[in-house]
Amino acid sequence: MSTLTLNPDLSDVGEEAMTDQIDSTQTKPADQEPTALAPWRYSAWSIPMAAQRSLRGASLSVVGIMLFMLLWQATANSIDTSLGKFPGPIQVFSQAQNMVEEYDREQQRRVDFFARQQVRNDELLRNDPSAEVRIRPYTGRPTFLNQIATSLMTVAFGFALAMLVAIPLGIVCGLSETIYNATNPLIQLFKPVSPLAWLPLVTMLVSALYVSDDPMFEKSFVTSAITVALCCLWPTVINTTVGVASVDKDLINVSRVICLPTHVHIRKIVLPSAIPLIFTGMRLSLATGWMVLIAAEMLAQNPGLGKFIWDEFQNGSSDSLSRIMVAVIVIGFIGLILDRLMLTLQRYLSWDKQTVLR
Amino acid sequence: MQAYLEISKVGIEFNTESGKFRALQDVNLKIEQGEFISLIGHSGCGKSTVLNILAGLYEATEGGIILDGKEVNAPSPDRAVVFQNHALLPWLSVYENVELAVKQVFKGHKTRAEMREWIDYNLALVHIAHAKDKRPHEISGGMKQRVGIARCLAMQPKVLLMDEPFGALDALTRAHLQNSLMEIHADLGTTVVMITHDVDEAVLLSDRIVMMSNGPAATVGEILPVTLPRPRDRLALAEDPDFVHTRQQVLQFLYDKHKFTGAVAA
Repeated sequence: MSTLTLNPDLSDVGEEAMTDQIDSTQTKPADQEPTALAPWRYSAWSIPMAAQRSLRGASLSVVGIMLFMLLWQATANSIDTSLGKFPGPIQVFSQAQNMVEEYDREQQRRVDFFARQQVRNDELLRNDPSAEVRIRPYTGRPTFLNQIATSLMTVAFGFALAMLVAIPLGIVCGLSETIYNATNPLIQLFKPVSPLAWLPLVTMLVSALYVSDDPMFEKSFVTSAITVALCCLWPTVINTTVGVASVDKDLINVSRVICLPTHVHIRKIVLPSAIPLIFTGMRLSLATGWMVLIAAEMLAQNPGLGKFIWDEFQNGSSDSLSRIMVAVIVIGFIGLILDRLMLTLQRYLSWDKQTVLR
Repeated sequence: MQAYLEISKVGIEFNTESGKFRALQDVNLKIEQGEFISLIGHSGCGKSTVLNILAGLYEATEGGIILDGKEVNAPSPDRAVVFQNHALLPWLSVYENVELAVKQVFKGHKTRAEMREWIDYNLALVHIAHAKDKRPHEISGGMKQRVGIARCLAMQPKVLLMDEPFGALDALTRAHLQNSLMEIHADLGTTVVMITHDVDEAVLLSDRIVMMSNGPAATVGEILPVTLPRPRDRLALAEDPDFVHTRQQVLQFLYDKHKFTGAVAA
């Protein structure tokens, strides 16, 4: 994993951006002069450089996607599987629409079910006011969209759980070499363990320990979430440790001279310095967590996108392959959106608004 | 009689990969209250190490330091340090950088309003009040160093320790800051220990110049009193025979008594 190699890059970018900023303020008047003297350079018939560049970037990505689609369509039609031809983009797209409609139908069925139940119960009460009315839950099968929601909930819960442990642990390890030396072997040992190895153990532990008559969460949910948490701990722990340990020596000396108490030292000096690396770790963690979750759901048959894919695979209808392909693309999109969300959060929390985040 | 700040028989040894390295040996120095002392010497002669021991950031292997009747063995706002590269927190504004120190040092002694007033006073002292809401990356190097000085002065230290405070600045900015420092020293009577590479700076600012011998096992080589009357004006001094003579003596020490290895900023 490229956890450590990412670090110097990010901090370098930060420093460059800062010095650039100073230079640009000093040289501004000189820069502005040609604009004032020669406004025609920037006039209507030429698009500004920055806009030109982003337009070029956007059109290049469109071209890339189109080429990929063409290639996909061309090769897909020539592959025959036992479930029919491999689906091309067109089949996948129409299947996606179909899956959304399925969800609407299922929602309608649910609404109808409760309406019928209400009518029946009202009638019962009218005939006999003392009648015992029962409200039954709806037990329709979960659709694709329901499975997405379940997966998102699970990954959010697992990720949050992991961060609650990872960030404080990383800070402690970064601050104290003793604790780092004590925990590092364990971290290195557990880091490369596959989620699927944890899964049976977690399942057994959850069934043994999470016993309650009225559980807040389902066991399968807890199992998946804990598996996710176990796997996405490590990138954040390691990056936070490195970030905290590499706080500028001078700033630490300032803190020592002022005699800042530990909690102020962490809040005012350590955390702001380490935030870029903490976020690098969190982004890696979230990506790992999302990957792990799909695998865990598949193996454990816990509700979610992984189970959806496995069910479709076992189902083996002529639509299955395109439905799985829809799921694959959706998984990719969600992963992308989760990463963008983390970036937005970082931009919001970070003190350095100059740095270009990528 | 005991001096205000007394460094006696200080030595320090570092553990390096190639065994023990003795950086300082038998450093003795007595400093009176309100005195301005410069430490000058070749690169790597242990000037910064002396300062770090004074600050309490390093622990001396032998010997000790007594400040105002108390032993120095840990960092404290009593001995504020101005770092060479300003060491401001980039995520805090100029005001907040000073506030961080003031809040800690005067917790329970000053009210919120008094603290605000005190921070503004110190920012005004170094002529930086107009930029108090700016972040460090928005101001020039000279201004950053002014903030660094304000942060230290705001702690009301017994001794102000300065580690090549103007080393990274251009000549004009440096002259401005030296003037500010002379004013502040005259007004507040702060005791100052400053490291410098700049012979002119040392002569202009100091009451005494402490010249260090080359390391390893560096020590105080010679102490040169500067008797020029204050206030000192750099333009008038440029041709003053006393100034030229003192400057000559410092250069002599740096060039002659020790193997001259590199250029000394003169």
